[in-house]
This record gives sequence, C-alpha cells and structure tokens, in this order.
Amino acid sequence: MTGKNPPSNLRPETGAFFQRDRAWHPPAFTPGYKSSVLRSPRRPLLSLDNTLSEITGPVFGHDILGELDDDLIYNFAAPGKAAIGPRIIVHGRVLDERGVGVGGALLEVWQANAGGRYRHRRETYLAPLDPNFGGCGRTITAEDGSYCFRTVQPGPYPWPNGPNDWRPAHIHFSVMGHGFAQRLITQMYFEGDPMIWKCPIVRTIGDPKAVEGLTAALDMQATIPMDARAYKFDIVLRGRRSTLFENRREGN
Amino acid sequence: MAQSLERLRESASQTAGPYVHIGLTPNFCGIEGVYAADLGAAMVGEKARGDRIKVKIRVIDGAGVPLKDALVEVWQADAAGIYNSPSDQRGAADPHFFGWGRQATDMTSGECVFETIKPGRVPFFDGRPMAPHITVWIAARGINIGLHTRMYFGDEAQANAQDPVLARIEQPRAASLIAPRDGDTYSFDIHLQGENETVFFDI
Repeated sequence: MTGKNPPSNLRPETGAFFQRDRAWHPPAFTPGYKSSVLRSPRRPLLSLDNTLSEITGPVFGHDILGELDDDLIYNFAAPGKAAIGPRIIVHGRVLDERGVGVGGALLEVWQANAGGRYRHRRETYLAPLDPNFGGCGRTITAEDGSYCFRTVQPGPYPWPNGPNDWRPAHIHFSVMGHGFAQRLITQMYFEGDPMIWKCPIVRTIGDPKAVEGLTAALDMQATIPMDARAYKFDIVLRGRRSTLFENRREGN
Repeated sequence: MAQSLERLRESASQTAGPYVHIGLTPNFCGIEGVYAADLGAAMVGEKARGDRIKVKIRVIDGAGVPLKDALVEVWQADAAGIYNSPSDQRGAADPHFFGWGRQATDMTSGECVFETIKPGRVPFFDGRPMAPHITVWIAARGINIGLHTRMYFGDEAQANAQDPVLARIEQPRAASLIAPRDGDTYSFDIHLQGENETVFFDI
C-alpha cells in the first residue's frame, strides 16, 4: 500500500474542482447506443459543491508498477516473442483544465489486439487471439504529467448494437488524478479513422470538438524510424479552484 | 471582447464497455502474469484500526437485473475520519488503511464484496460533521459517464438524521443511500433507474 506521499514536491492542493460541463460530456440516456437505455438514471443528478470526500483521492506509488507494465507488446508475450500488429508508441500529458500537468496520475489502458479481438471470456468475435498479446497496461505520470506506452495498434471490430455497427480502432483509458472527483474513463481514437464519425458510442458526444479531443494525432517527430510509429494523446482532467478567500468555519 | 480565460476542456467521458475487466481487473478475467494482483483488491492491512466490515454491492438496471459486467470503486476515510490523500491536510491517516478499493461484479451473481473498515465522520465544507459514508463510483457498458453515489450506514440513524448531504435530498429518496446491516455486512443495492432509483451526484 502506498500512502500520503505526494507525487511530487509541489504542495498538495485542497480546493474544490471546477464544475463538470455535462453538456460537453455524453448524457446518460443515448438510445442510439442501446445498452444505455436501461442503464441510465432518469432523475436529475444532485449537485453539490465538493466536500473532502470528493477533493481527496488515492495516490499510487511507483512501487506498484512492474517493469513491462507500460509495454503491451511484451508484457504478455512468451520470452523472445512479441505481439503481432503495427507497433506504436502512445504518449502525451495529463493536464488539468488550467493547463497544469498532473503528476502522479495513474493511467490504465486496455484494448483489443491487431485483429480487433479482446482477451475476454465473453468475447465471441471470430478473429483469433494473439497468444503473445494480453491487452492491458498501466503507468504513472511524471511530475509534468507526461506518460508513454508501447503497444500494437488495435483493430476495429463489430458489435451487437445496430445490425452492422463497428467500433473504430480505440484504446480504453482509465485516469485517476489527485481527487476522486477527477475520476475519468474514456477512449482514445486514431487520427483519420473513417469509422469514428459512424460509431454510436462516439456519437453519444454532442460536440464534434469534444470528439476531436479524444482523437490522437499521428506524431512523426516521436516516431522511431524502422521501429514504431507514434501517436500523441493529451488527457485533460477537471481543474481546481485555489483556496483563497474560501469561507470555511472550522475543522476543514 | 474581453480577455480569454484560456482554459482547456475536460476530456469527454466514454463508456468503459463490456471488457473493462481486461484493463482494471485483469486477474479477475483470467489475464494472469501481467500484474501480481488486481489493484484495489485489498483495502485493509492487518494492523488497520477500526471495525472490520463487509460491504456487498449490486448494481441493478431498469429491468431489475443486476449488472454482471460492472466495475465498482469505493473511496472512504479511515476509522478516525481522515482520508489517506495528500489533499486531506488535517492529519496523518492510518498508514495501514488505503481507503480505495475496486471490484468487478461477479459474472454470475452480479454481486461484489468489499472487505473494509467502518469510516469515521468527515466534516462538510461548512464544518458540520457528515455521517459516516463511503463514496461509490460505477463504470460499465451502457454507462456513458461514471456514476457517483454515496453509501450511508443503516445503523447510524442519528448521524444520518444530521447529515447535511442527506438533508438536501427530498424524502423518501434519501433512503436509497442507506444500506441495512446484517451482522458485519452492509448490503447496498444501487438502482440505476426506475421506482427505487438511487440518488446520483454531480460533484
């Protein structure tokens, strides 16, 4: 277990987070994505300024990480083997809405293999598993919020929603920032993929700019010649207010 | 025109999808050998202070069926009401209690169980004590943005009656956040939709 060690030498922040713009995020009820119909609350959310329960959040130390946790090409592969597929690096920064790098953030990723097949017992797609690819990875951001993974580019795959719906190639991202109110799960898409704008899950998001914010750019400057292409994907978490002029009575 | 505020926009949420287990609980879904253990599987060290309890959670859809593919995370204070987080500046938290846990709901029963301790009281933002509670966060296929709620304890009637958050909820909906106790186990059924819909927060 790790503890109260701050992720950096910076003084921990204790302010409340900026309000979430729920018109920018997808709403809960999006009938084009059928699973949302029975899994969406119908009553309004109860709004509340953050208490300590939301301002705080767990902090993870680098001691939880294994050597290959951020390398999906090799972390499930037999010795001397590698996953099959286009080799890519995914890198970027975790920032907050103020543009400040979020250091010490836990990033966890999961994805299908190059053929669009997930290693999961409920998955029934006929594309084969890759014996040398598991599909999970994790890392902790550096003090400036930067991170990188190495993986194979996942393939698109069909899913039972409409009669012929296919997901664009994507990598799932889970992010744990400094406060539990920043908790976020999202998906990264790849620049130029024509499937993006057809996807009912992508289309749960109303504003095309928000979709562009989830689309990683091909980054030839970070590409390693004759080895791996690179995509740059920045993630933005909620910002937080400073605690100047906060009117708190006691015990807090 | 005025100066630009020059703020970034939060990355938009997307559903965790049906295979969230691969990334967040790989050992649970049979991907072994990558991580030694699933993160968040154990919350309590041997020497942790406080009353050991179990919290049994189900997430139930609008047709009354428990979700068998949900991911549930909990976040709570230690027995003295201190969070194990740098942003809680009121004092040192119990070093043997991490405060955060993660479980997938069982693929057959739809249940998940957290072995934890009963949290102490934490002040509201105006200083009044809140009743003991556990923050619960849910991600799953069909859920576009993670749902935040709170579990309060059925055997804390007096503290619950004074809780400033529960007081904001019109009766009888506040009851949806209170888990009954049976022995050392609290059972918290979260209803996503319908007559008994649980209160969810925009925090």
